[in-house]
Amino acid sequence: MEAPPLLELKGVSKRFGAVQALTQVDFAVRAGEVMALVGDNGAGKSTLIKGIAGIYPFDEGETFFDGQRVTIHNPREATALGIEIVYQDLALADNLDVVANMFLGRETMQGIQLDEARMELAAIETLTSLSVSTLRSVRTPVAGLSGGQRQAIAIAKAVLWNSRLVILDEPTAALGVAQTRQVLNLVRNLAAKGLGVVIISHNLHDVFECADRITALRLGQKVREFITKETNQQEVVHAITAGALQYVPGMKES
Amino acid sequence: MTTNEAPLQSENALLESREQQTLGAYIQTYLQRVRAGALGPLPIIIGIVAVAIFFQSRNAAYLSPNNIVNLIMQMSGIALIAFGVVFVLLLGEIDLSVAYVSGVAGVIATILMRPPHNLEWYLTVPIALLAALGIGTLQGFLITTFQLPSFIVTLAGLLAWNGAILLLVGAGGTVGIPASPFREIANVYLPPELGLGFVVVLVVAYAATQFIQLQSRRAQGLNAKPITIIGIQIAILVVLAVGVVLIVNQDRGLPLIGAIVIVTLIVLTFITRNTRFGRYVFAVGGNKEAARRAGIRVERVRLYVFMLCSFMAGVGGIILASRLKSVSANQGGGQLLLNCISAAVIGGTSLFGGRGAVYSAVLGALLIAMVENGMVFLRLETGWQFIITGIVLVLAVIVDSLSQRSQKRSGLA
Ligand SMILES: Nc1ncnc2c1ncn2[C@@H]1O[C@H](COP(=O)(O)OP(=O)(O)OP(=O)(O)O)[C@@H](O)[C@H]1O
Ligand SMILES: [Mg+2]
Repeated sequence: MEAPPLLELKGVSKRFGAVQALTQVDFAVRAGEVMALVGDNGAGKSTLIKGIAGIYPFDEGETFFDGQRVTIHNPREATALGIEIVYQDLALADNLDVVANMFLGRETMQGIQLDEARMELAAIETLTSLSVSTLRSVRTPVAGLSGGQRQAIAIAKAVLWNSRLVILDEPTAALGVAQTRQVLNLVRNLAAKGLGVVIISHNLHDVFECADRITALRLGQKVREFITKETNQQEVVHAITAGALQYVPGMKES
Repeated sequence: MTTNEAPLQSENALLESREQQTLGAYIQTYLQRVRAGALGPLPIIIGIVAVAIFFQSRNAAYLSPNNIVNLIMQMSGIALIAFGVVFVLLLGEIDLSVAYVSGVAGVIATILMRPPHNLEWYLTVPIALLAALGIGTLQGFLITTFQLPSFIVTLAGLLAWNGAILLLVGAGGTVGIPASPFREIANVYLPPELGLGFVVVLVVAYAATQFIQLQSRRAQGLNAKPITIIGIQIAILVVLAVGVVLIVNQDRGLPLIGAIVIVTLIVLTFITRNTRFGRYVFAVGGNKEAARRAGIRVERVRLYVFMLCSFMAGVGGIILASRLKSVSANQGGGQLLLNCISAAVIGGTSLFGGRGAVYSAVLGALLIAMVENGMVFLRLETGWQFIITGIVLVLAVIVDSLSQRSQKRSGLA
C-alpha cells in the first residue's frame, strides 16, 4: 500500500457571489514532492490555496491531511497542521524587522517578555542554512528588502517552523534571473528535506525546472494532472488554455 | 557596516550581525536612517528646545523652578490620555471620545462621593476607572464586531458621553470634590529626597537593564549597541532627570502626578517593545492582513487597544478633576480632545499606523503645555494659543507625512 498523500482535496468548490471560482476540484500533494499548480489568470489557483490555508472555507468538498479528514477553519488551524503559505502578496509587515516577521504570531517568550536574542539567533541560523546570502542584517525593516530577499524570508519561515507542507503562490513572479534561480533552489531544498511543496507559477520554464507533478486548472476546474518527466510544455499549455471542462461553467453540479 | 578583520564574514553577510558593531558604524547607520526619514524623537525635541528658547528670551521667569513645576502639572493629564491615543494611532485608528470619557470618569468619581451615595474615594475612583474601561469595551466591541470605522463609533461616543456628563452634573453646574486623597492627588509633591531618590532608582535600573542586555547579547554572539552609545545615553538621562528634579526641588518639588506619568511611560513602553501584545499592535498597524495570516487574533488586539485607550482616558480624567478640585458640566470639553490627539501626533506617532512610540505622548503633551503656558506668560490672547498649537500640529503632520514618504522611497517604513 502506498502511503496516503500529505494533503488531499476531494471535490472542493468555492463561489464568490456570482463567480464560481472553483468547481469540484481534486488535488493531492505527497511528502518530498513538488506539485506545481498552473492555470490562467483567474483560474482559481489563489482561491484553492486560500481555502487550504483556512482564509475562507470551501463551500463543499473534503480535505484530508495525512489521510485524516480535517476541516481548516482559520489560518491558525492550518499552521497547527504544519501548513505554511507564502502568499503572492507576501504578507510581511513592512514596519517590522526580519526577525519579527519570521516569528510573527509564534514569538519565543521568556516569561512575559519577547526573547529577542533567541529569535534573532534562530533567524540567522535558518537563513544561513538556506544560504540566503544577500541580507545584511536581520534587524532591518522588511520594507527595505528586495523581492527575492522578501521571498527568501517568507520561505525561511517555513523551514524555521518545521512545516510539513509549504505552499508558494508565484514566488518568482517579480524576480530577476539570479534571484529566481535561488528561490527555485530553495524550493528543491524543501522537498529534499521531505516536505510537501505546492508552487503556483505562470512560468512553465520554472515549473519544469522544479516540479515533480503539475496540476492544471482552467476556469475553476481541474483539467489534468501531469507527471513532469512524462510531458512537455505544449501539452501543459494546451491544458491551461483549452483543456476539456467537465462541468459547464456557471452551473452547479448536484 | 564595514569590517577589516573579516575573511569569515565575507562568505555570509548575515554573520556580520554577529560581529560587534563599532561606534563609527553605529553612528553611520543612525545617520543613514535619519536621512532616510526615520527621525524618531528628533523633530519634537528640536521643537521643545525652540519653544523653550523663544519664551525664555521673552520672559526670564519662563524656565523658573516655579514654572517648571507648573508645566509638569499642566502636561500630566494630557500625557496620560495621550498614552492611550498612541496605541490607537499605532493601529492606524482614531479615538475621538477620549476627552469626554475622561470627563465621565472624573464626574463619576466625584458624584459618587457626594450625597446621596456618600461612597469613599477608594471605591469611587476604581468605579470610575471601571466605567471608562466599560466604555472602551463597548466602543471596541462595536468597532470590531460590526467592522465599523473607529472614527464614526468614537464620534458617536464623543456626543453620547458629553450628554452623559451634562445629565450627571446638570447643565451649567459645578460640583466640588469632597475632601479626600482623590481631591488632593494632583496637588501633592514628593519631598525633595523622595523625588531625587525616585529618579536615581529609575536611572540606575535603566542603566542596569542596558548593561545586562548588552552582556547577554554579547554572550550569545549577537551584535549590540556600542558601549559608548549606552554610556552617552545614560549620561544624558542622568543630567536631564536629576537636573529637573534638582530644579523643581527648589520650588514645591516633583508633583506626584509627574511621577505617575513617568511610571506609566515605563510600563507602557515595556508593553509596546517587549511583550507579545505590543508586537501585535505594531503588526496589525503595519499590515493587518499579514497579522491575520500569521494567526494573530486581529480583532481581539484591536478591542484591547480601545479598552486600554479609554482606561487611560479615565486615569487622565481623575487627575484633571483633582487638579481643579471639582468637576463641571463642561468636564472633558474645550481643547482637551484636540490637545490629547495632537500630543501623540506632535510627539512623533504616525497617523498612518504602525510607527510611533509611547514617549511621544509625553513629549507632545510637554510641547503643548509649554505653548499654552507661555501664552499666558506673555499675556497673549487665547486665540493666539489655539493658532500656534494648530500650526505646530500641521507642522508635525507634515513631518510625519514627509518622513513616511521618504522612508517608503528608501524602503525603511
Ligand atoms: N475575494 C474574492 N471575492 C470575489 N471574487 C473573487 C475573490 N477572490 C477571487 N475571486 C474570483 O475568483 C476567480 C479566481 O481567482 P483567483 O485569485 O483564485 O485566480 P488565480 O488563478 O490565482 O489568478 P492569478 O493567476 O491572476 O493570480 C477570479 O474570477 C476572481 O475574480
Ligand atoms: Mg493568484
